Amino acid sequence: MSEKLLEVKNLRVSYHTYAGEVQSVRGVSFTVNKGETVAVVGESGCGKSVTAKSIMRLIKTPPAEIKEGSEIIFDGEDVLQFNEKRLCAYRGGEVAMVFQDALAALNPTMTVGNQIIENLRHHTKLSKKEAKARAVELLRMVGIPQPESRVDQYPHEFSGGMRQRVMIAIAFACDPKLLIADEPTTALDVTIQAQIIDLIKALQKEKNASVILITHDLGVVANIADRIVVMYAGQIVERGTSIEVFHHPRHPYTNALLEAVPRLDLQNKQQLASIEGTPPDLIAPPKGCPFCTRCKYCMEICCEQQPPVLNFGDGHEASCWLYQLETPAADAPFTQEAHYEG
Amino acid sequence: MKDNVVLEVSHLKKYFDLGHGRTLHAVDDVSFSIREGETLGLVGESGCGKTTCGRTCLGMYNKTDGQVLYRGKDVHALKGSELFAYKREAQMVFQDPYASLDPRMTVSDIIAEGMDVHHLYQNKAERAEKIYGLLEKVGLNKEHANRFIHEFSGGQRQRIGIARALAMEPKFLVMDEPISALDVSIQAQVINMLIRLQKEMGLTYLFVAHDLSMVKHISDRVAVMYLGQIVEITRSEELYSHPLHPYTQALLSAIPIPDPIIEAERETKRIHLEGEVTSPIDPAPGCRFASRCPYATARCKEATPTLKEVGTGHEVACFRVTGE
Repeated sequence: MSEKLLEVKNLRVSYHTYAGEVQSVRGVSFTVNKGETVAVVGESGCGKSVTAKSIMRLIKTPPAEIKEGSEIIFDGEDVLQFNEKRLCAYRGGEVAMVFQDALAALNPTMTVGNQIIENLRHHTKLSKKEAKARAVELLRMVGIPQPESRVDQYPHEFSGGMRQRVMIAIAFACDPKLLIADEPTTALDVTIQAQIIDLIKALQKEKNASVILITHDLGVVANIADRIVVMYAGQIVERGTSIEVFHHPRHPYTNALLEAVPRLDLQNKQQLASIEGTPPDLIAPPKGCPFCTRCKYCMEICCEQQPPVLNFGDGHEASCWLYQLETPAADAPFTQEAHYEG
Repeated sequence: MKDNVVLEVSHLKKYFDLGHGRTLHAVDDVSFSIREGETLGLVGESGCGKTTCGRTCLGMYNKTDGQVLYRGKDVHALKGSELFAYKREAQMVFQDPYASLDPRMTVSDIIAEGMDVHHLYQNKAERAEKIYGLLEKVGLNKEHANRFIHEFSGGQRQRIGIARALAMEPKFLVMDEPISALDVSIQAQVINMLIRLQKEMGLTYLFVAHDLSMVKHISDRVAVMYLGQIVEITRSEELYSHPLHPYTQALLSAIPIPDPIIEAERETKRIHLEGEVTSPIDPAPGCRFASRCPYATARCKEATPTLKEVGTGHEVACFRVTGE
């Protein structure tokens, strides 16, 4: 179970723009084990999609640049060293991706069936006829009614939720070892969102695939993720098991994110805990902690030096100065417990 | 109670003719009222007609049938100076802050455009002063006035959209999904601001959204829409503690709670809605929700349930609940 499938080591990605070099991802490292679901959470512009695209090698260089020293190890091989031929087998075959906007990601001039068949024929030796039969099978698997007739329809004839199902069918066509889902439910309604999440969960179990789920909605994550990685301004600020992160958030950003979501099961009214301000500009990233300008518990040292990564046991890590022994425990209520333990 | 009703909508219908003899029933017999200083949340899935409903209330669309009364006057029959006055008093904040602001105008011109039309200032100095005041009110500052929209983030743009609406000194605001395009951390900022502004300026909101948790937070009362009809309407707390309509129950159970332990518990009790919203084009008779409802009977497919009061201010349109 705890066999490593993917290991991202010190990934750094920059975009060269007219305004300067935007450092989208600044030293991100994480692992995904076999059969595991890892959620990457963060707000727009925090580098989560760039991380996903780097794993798929879908980053266009230039304008982007994957910096020297970055490593993405998939099943023992470095993805960044792959040649075109190896990449073709890798993309769609071993690793598949589901995009946020299914309408933009699907080809409007091809029938849904042909788009599935395209992937199947590329990666397997199935004949046209076999591939078509398999496409129908896949559509049935993702819960599309009347797959025999739907297979010959175009994406515009499908609703938003159905299109996302088609995307998932394409992704699972070649039984990938890893599925990367980039905000798969953001554009969907809550009832459809629940259906799609259930579907991804069921397919993952059935195929024993690993999933990287990228989202900004912490609620979606609670239901599906084994481990959570919280990103902010191109860096990982906290990681840990799902229960640890939700019940004992260590980083002020994670804590603030959890408080900013109004919860139906709690009695609340009026003032929501909001995070004031906006994320920093990554053309000139801050010297110290990236969250320091918006943090309620900001200290002098936060603006000066990058906080160290602290381990709270069981793979739960956070980068924050609040947990240093010299820091008075008084200010941040949610850190006190950690001080007692440590 | 009756005398401070700001907006009264009764049996409002809005159909769109699609040609080829087909009609899209976007809003189909909707009735509700909003009192002074109150927030009514209007919730539903995409395509259920909630935006059309908001726009028809403002007179942006002509109605097909029914009536919208604003302080006792029929909105769609207003003419001349009365119509001009209504257009000032009732304002709208749009969903997409990227599409609803003109990229070729400066922020101050965007905010002041309505004031220019309605002559809400005496001279240039007063105009500038008002703009600065509005910017401050929505959490921006003076320096932003002469910039263009592309220099702002989504949250800031939405604030500009809100400032533009407030410039008209409105009494009634239709918020069409004002936060759905924003990040979670920014959503809370905007919601807090809307609540503060409502208190300060005594505004009345019609808050259209699909995010039930945010709607619960800001609304006094909530109306749940499904395919052009209101299926349940009640006080906000009541709706979340005692949802009666099967659709409301399903909607609530589909909202994820950011807590893995509670989620695991809910998993067993979750109501899974099969299928998707059916088409609003020439809908079949009977309850619109019948095709997805786990409790649907033969009667639901024949007769259309109407809103019936089942508790104080709690109305539901469902045969099963009202016991008919």
